[in-house]
Amino acid sequence: MGDMMKSITKSVLAATAFATALGGFAAPAFAQRDPAYAAARAAGQVGEKMDGYLGIVVAETPELRRIVNDINIKRRAVYSERAQANNATLEEYALTAGCQAILATAPGEKYQAPDGSWQTRGTSAPLRDPRCP
Amino acid sequence: MTHAKLTGRMAAAMLGTVALGGCITVNAPEEPIVIELNVNIRQEVIYRLAEDAGNTIEENADIF
Repeated sequence: MGDMMKSITKSVLAATAFATALGGFAAPAFAQRDPAYAAARAAGQVGEKMDGYLGIVVAETPELRRIVNDINIKRRAVYSERAQANNATLEEYALTAGCQAILATAPGEKYQAPDGSWQTRGTSAPLRDPRCP
Repeated sequence: MTHAKLTGRMAAAMLGTVALGGCITVNAPEEPIVIELNVNIRQEVIYRLAEDAGNTIEENADIF
């Protein structure tokens, strides 16, 4: 296991422990985005990729990499569980979630078009994979 | 030398000539080659999973 992976595992464990501790005091019906993630998203520094994961839109920084890795590790865990429950593969479920996540972007946020380019969501429908529902 | 052997050598020599004369210059493309890894995922599978994936996103709003 590389140092990178170790530190990721550590931070995920720490975050989980923290969330568990926090859960004892407050359990919101719908958890909100982490402020750093929300800010990066609103600033167009990160965007929704076609494959169901978050991507870095601008020049990469360690902070953006940390935010994106953290979100993507959590998404992967959720996709994996739901894919299994639906008798689908991880990639199938992730791609479907990508369709929905791109559709759910707010105006001004970034998403990846079928040609791989980053687009800014406008008021009209986003450019999506033709297989998306 | 049998006729068959001679024919074989002639064929080999001709092939060699063709290989030498038929050089093709291949230029690397300027644009990166994009390989669509999810090309095998069928639309009907995506339609089947769509509702569940939508719910998953709503229920995990902190990571979407």
